[in-house]
Amino acid sequence: MTEPEQDSYQDGNALAGPLREIFAVDVTAALGQCVHCGLSGPIASLRVYGPGPGMVARCPGCEEVVLRLVRGPDSAWLDMRGTVNLRIPLPG
Amino acid sequence: MGFISRGFRGRPRDEGVKLPPGQYLVHDFPVLSAGPTPRVPLDRWEFAIDTEDGKTHRWSWQELMALPSETPTVDLHCVTKWSKLGTAWKGVSLDTLFADVESSAEYALVYSYGGYTTNLPVEDLLDGKAWITYEFDGEELAPAHGGPARLLVPHLYLWKSAKWVQGIRLLNEDWPGFWETAGYHNYGDPWREQRYQGD
Amino acid sequence: MRRLAWHVAKLAEIRDETPTARTLVLDIPGWPGHLAGQHVDVRLTAEDGYSTQRSYSIASAADGERVDLTVQRVADGEVSPYLTEELRPGDELEIRGPVGGWFVWRPDGTRPVLLVGGGSGIVPLMAMIRAREQAGSRTPFRLLYSLREPGERYYAEELRKPISGLDVTYLYTRVVPDGWARPAGRVTVADVNTGGWPAEFRPECFVCGPTGFVETVSDILLAMGHDATAIKTERFGPTGG
Repeated sequence: MTEPEQDSYQDGNALAGPLREIFAVDVTAALGQCVHCGLSGPIASLRVYGPGPGMVARCPGCEEVVLRLVRGPDSAWLDMRGTVNLRIPLPG
Repeated sequence: MGFISRGFRGRPRDEGVKLPPGQYLVHDFPVLSAGPTPRVPLDRWEFAIDTEDGKTHRWSWQELMALPSETPTVDLHCVTKWSKLGTAWKGVSLDTLFADVESSAEYALVYSYGGYTTNLPVEDLLDGKAWITYEFDGEELAPAHGGPARLLVPHLYLWKSAKWVQGIRLLNEDWPGFWETAGYHNYGDPWREQRYQGD
Repeated sequence: MRRLAWHVAKLAEIRDETPTARTLVLDIPGWPGHLAGQHVDVRLTAEDGYSTQRSYSIASAADGERVDLTVQRVADGEVSPYLTEELRPGDELEIRGPVGGWFVWRPDGTRPVLLVGGGSGIVPLMAMIRAREQAGSRTPFRLLYSLREPGERYYAEELRKPISGLDVTYLYTRVVPDGWARPAGRVTVADVNTGGWPAEFRPECFVCGPTGFVETVSDILLAMGHDATAIKTERFGPTGG
């Protein structure tokens, strides 16, 4: 029996560039909570699969989808259905 | 015209073969994934067709292997712009699997082990256009490429050819799948370059 | 902060790090500065409009409009061979950044720092070492640098000179120098125990490298009692070169 190949994914850090194209602040340092298992953590700690056909960020606890981002030539599609909310550090 | 990177050509894109618009040729077989690779033991593997009336037709691995197989050689076109020509597969035609299925549904939602989904019209699964495949290039289909079994619908972009296929749900209404709800085109014909919604 | 746009950078200089890795020294007009650990996106566009992009970690501390990227050439890659072999000083390159606000070290940090790099995962960690020096910070740093063989060391000269408050440990996985005490092999609990910090010191840990390497080191750190929130990771994943 051969050892299964390891899945290759990146950290949520990889979302920094694509999300900074959309948001005026860095969202990867924001804290989010997973809708599926309730785990909280920074967007940077998600497991990101892709980049093609799109970036799929999964919860490191339960592997369910937290966020999806597809960049077309003249639009981006952002789906954040897997996060309860985001706590974004902002200067006072 | 925008910025040009001096001397950058990228991967070869014109080798004198006719490809769908915007595609380039590859000779390897890139692996794209939207999640962890599911591992499904064959003794627990099952494929199902669920009809709009709530009937379910199921096949175990042994039952699938016992069905007559075909060996299509087809071209693959991925929406991320690579195409791979003349790929050799072995699998069961969906015409065979649908032979005893009574349905008048027009839409299909394909679902996979691991939670992936994709939608397409039922007619695109029939008449020799689609297979449940389990061998690629004479070898059993590797998990990275969708093994143990993968849907193959080569006339549409490759995201419609669901890896790790588990079943097909027949529906009276269209139900967009994983990429179709995230900006990708609902139908995905490479020759009409239907990549994104609105194309 | 504004939403990000693409800048046009000019290549000022190229430095060889190893036979297959080069540092690109870029001048980027309008560069807003960066934090150590941040990365940039690089976009290449061919004459027929074909375009592709990759992310690269910044290797340098903030220095006006000057930014260093170190790029490892991937044999079958599409972008890295262009960046390491085709690009000449004076050429222009489209850059977007800096991005990433999580995997960063700020010079006002006072907790000890553990840096664990696998292969070209050293790059953002080097930016942290350089930012520490530039700021005159006395925060104690320890670096564990895992790589196949001595010839693959990046920044070899710079790391050879002793830097006060920085301990460097090389972990060779395939080939070791003559007389090297540690046999060649992958990173172990003993390596992290000896070359890192005890969990009671509450260090900030930065781990960067290929997915499997980062996984292994994170597991070791957790098993040693380090707090999960103090371990920041950056995995390369499938870049396609």
